[in-house]
Amino acid sequence: MTDISTIIKLTAAQTAAKIASGELTAVEVTEAHLARIDAVDEKVHAFLHVDREGALAQARAVDAKREAGEKLGPLAGVPLALKDIFTTQDMPTTVGSKILEGWVPPYDATLTTKLKAADVVILGKTNMDEFAMGSSTENSAYGPTGNPWDLTRIPGGSGGGSAAALASFEAPLAIGTDTGGSIRQPAAVTGTVGVKPTYGGVSRYGMVAFSSSLDQGGPCARTVLDAALLHEAIAGHDPMDSTSIDAPVPPVVEAARNGSVQGMRVGVVKQFAGEGYQAGVVQRFNESVELLKSLGATIVELDCPSFDLALSAYYLIAPSECSSNLARFDAMRYGLRVGDDGTRSAEDVTALTREAGFGDEVKRRIILGTYALSSGYYDAYYGSAQKVRTLITQDFEKAFEQVDVIVSPTTPTTAFPIGERADDPMAMYLADLCTIPTNLAGNSAMSLPCGLAPEDGLPVGLQIIAPAMKDDRLYKVGAAVEAAFVEKWGHPLLEEAPSL
Amino acid sequence: MTVIDLESYEDALATYDPVMGLEVHVELGTKTKMFCGCSTELKQDANSQTCPVCLGLPGALPVVNEIGVESAIKIGLALNCEIAEWCRFARKNYFYPDMPKNFQTSQYDEPIAYDGYLDVQLEDGEIFRVQIERAHMEEDTGKSTHVGGATGRIHGASYSLLDYNRAGIPLIEIVTKPIEGAGARAPEVAKAYVAELRELIKALGVSEARMEMGQMRCDVNLSLRPNGTETFGTRSETKNVNSLRSVERAARFEIQRHAAVLNSGGTIVQETRHFHEEDGSTTAGRIKDNAEDYRYFPEPDLVPVAPSRDWVEELRKGLPELPRLRRKRLKEEWGVNEHDMQSILNAGAVDLIVATTDAGAPSDQARKWWMGELARNANETGRSLDELPVTPAQVARVAELVAAGDLNDKLARQVLEGVLAGEGDPDTVVEKRGLKVVSDEGALSTAVDEAIAGNAAIADKIRGGKVAAAGALVGAVMKATRGQADAARVRELILEKLGVEG
Repeated sequence: MTDISTIIKLTAAQTAAKIASGELTAVEVTEAHLARIDAVDEKVHAFLHVDREGALAQARAVDAKREAGEKLGPLAGVPLALKDIFTTQDMPTTVGSKILEGWVPPYDATLTTKLKAADVVILGKTNMDEFAMGSSTENSAYGPTGNPWDLTRIPGGSGGGSAAALASFEAPLAIGTDTGGSIRQPAAVTGTVGVKPTYGGVSRYGMVAFSSSLDQGGPCARTVLDAALLHEAIAGHDPMDSTSIDAPVPPVVEAARNGSVQGMRVGVVKQFAGEGYQAGVVQRFNESVELLKSLGATIVELDCPSFDLALSAYYLIAPSECSSNLARFDAMRYGLRVGDDGTRSAEDVTALTREAGFGDEVKRRIILGTYALSSGYYDAYYGSAQKVRTLITQDFEKAFEQVDVIVSPTTPTTAFPIGERADDPMAMYLADLCTIPTNLAGNSAMSLPCGLAPEDGLPVGLQIIAPAMKDDRLYKVGAAVEAAFVEKWGHPLLEEAPSL
Repeated sequence: MTVIDLESYEDALATYDPVMGLEVHVELGTKTKMFCGCSTELKQDANSQTCPVCLGLPGALPVVNEIGVESAIKIGLALNCEIAEWCRFARKNYFYPDMPKNFQTSQYDEPIAYDGYLDVQLEDGEIFRVQIERAHMEEDTGKSTHVGGATGRIHGASYSLLDYNRAGIPLIEIVTKPIEGAGARAPEVAKAYVAELRELIKALGVSEARMEMGQMRCDVNLSLRPNGTETFGTRSETKNVNSLRSVERAARFEIQRHAAVLNSGGTIVQETRHFHEEDGSTTAGRIKDNAEDYRYFPEPDLVPVAPSRDWVEELRKGLPELPRLRRKRLKEEWGVNEHDMQSILNAGAVDLIVATTDAGAPSDQARKWWMGELARNANETGRSLDELPVTPAQVARVAELVAAGDLNDKLARQVLEGVLAGEGDPDTVVEKRGLKVVSDEGALSTAVDEAIAGNAAIADKIRGGKVAAAGALVGAVMKATRGQADAARVRELILEKLGVEG
């Protein structure tokens, strides 16, 4: 029997191969990860809910299929940590909020269904900033998650739980959602890989909405190939989501298996630099650009002036949509209900429930969005933000006439200490400076590790951005960069993470 | 309740010119809801026709019902509207416990159909053109039942029951431009417009448009301005006026109420009004100040609706004959006067008569039965004609039996009575009740002889040339045969036997 510490360090691809060959059983793999969760999650707090029985039942079913001689899918039996924003019939779905504490949805998200159909073993649901609003997971109503590289620091957000689960070897795969960087920024600060697919590439049905026109679910993993395998399993058209794209999924796995930047034109946007960027982040980014050159890419400088307005536009559009999306949490049909003692009106019960059930950041954005959509302010705020969005999209279109992909630091700094920016929303918002333009334009992007910042020894993320429905380019470039770095370092970056 | 001052209608119109705006909501007859696959069937158990989408559960997303869009386009085309090449849904944000998402998915500044008109015919035959502002798609809300209050409204209720079966049922809202120039006929125009719209919706087959079932609901907006002036006065919005008669009464009441307020130096408050069926009055509802802000914005969960021009033209080609033109054609074909046509229309008999003639009956016979015996029965039993358990084909069969001489009118009435009583189709009823006309010449001849013998005085009068007296003998024969004789043949026999030319 292979020991636990070996099993948990396997990639998803390796794990699936060993299960398919019979070298490992899915139950062994699941038990190893459950044991790891038992051992470290008290410290990390990546999970809000662990479904021990459900996971083992899924694993047993995979083993039974193999024994029956059925062909297993490429991720069959591989454990996964699911962000607590996707509905699951057999587990609570809280979105990191008190307002949905204990809510067990009556339906599975399309993504949940696809994972089950792919025989992926869902270990449980991961911690997140409440309603995916935040960049540190400190906004979770259920307490913060620690960064496995340094438990006193944030694991990024909103998908900090999913990223921390990967970095602490609690799961080889995880699911995140990215509205302004919630997959990529946590990947960057935890030394893992995260991809925001093209908007519409992965169904949003059953993904609790924060900002409908920006939200996008996507894969999180420790390697580019694992991310691609997961991407392929969850992507594709869904008739239940009208905004889902009715076109074949880009060939992401093939691209991840054939990494290369030879002859590619890679853009560097001058707006993704300057004040606020940590020196070690800039250094590792510049080294990455040099690496790309050495691998045969041509570097092209790009000017995307509208990107400077992206953060402002985002903080009007996202709160506006959230103010409407979150209106349904009124204590009438599901979730928390406070003050219903038979004497109070429905309005009072709704008000008391929201007061108790929503955290400060959620309230801040609801108020901001309500204001931005108000008559008399709509044109100046929401309307202007939509115009900026169009300009950003046009900047990307022009850029992609000149280059195949764009690269940038994923986030301006490495993981900051828990509590440092908790009372300074503006400082917190800056963490998504480089990731937000992609959400506004709807195209695809990846973050992967490019080294540790010399000054603090914490991971730095390299962001790769591709045009819409060209997600395969992320994997082609990402796989090449990953291979070159691993060769240079002599091992994957996560090997350098402290043992927990 | 406070007594509301009313000006007399004549005096009100002597001073003021009414301007109306009519907003009609039509529930489409699609099998499924506007944004999910739930059934739209009425009168099911509360909350039995719901799913994550129409309950607005976290994570659920809408998908547009294509038949809903098609119906909206058909309505738009029939109302002579432009059809948008590209339009979006919007979210109308407001709170109400029976609105699952606390926003209504509707259309705002990009309606699917706009700038049209509907010609309506008034009772004297005059055609009045009502301009249409827009027709747009939206979803219905759930239904609240407020329990424990005196008024049945939410304020004062001790609790409320919520049924979401209706939530998400497709609605088309049709909004007129301000209707000006109707003068004293404004209430009549309002009624005629709603009636015509209802006929149109039914003819398009997009809804049954039964007002009593809430499938079609009307809001009457009305304001007065002094005669000869241009600027509109402040309007009141009378909500949920749900019968044709009520539409007319509500408009009339508001004209009289507004005039009384204005004449006494008061000002009209912009507010919603509740209409009361029992006395035709309205009472104040919500004040509509400008603080009402629905924070509309384009619905990000739905892709824009962009009906291709080919599709629109295909739908245009498939439009049925407009009800007004059809009525005109039928009136001519049937050879009836305006008054009779109106009666047929009011009775809801047009389609039934057409179906009966389609089944082979002459139109005069079809009209006679539907507007006579059957209308009487419907009236007595409190049903509409189309609710009677008799089909146009059965009525046509009865007419056929009469034409063949197998039934006379009296027997035919009994046959219909049997059909309505559930005894089977006309032939079965004839069979079971033994209602065939006596055509056995021998039996008839005997009956006639007996009648002549028993009424010698009358027979003499007839012999003496008073042919009209034959009716009495016919009556006697009919009585003797329990009505089953062919009265015309009986008369022939009598005259023959008495040696008189008919």
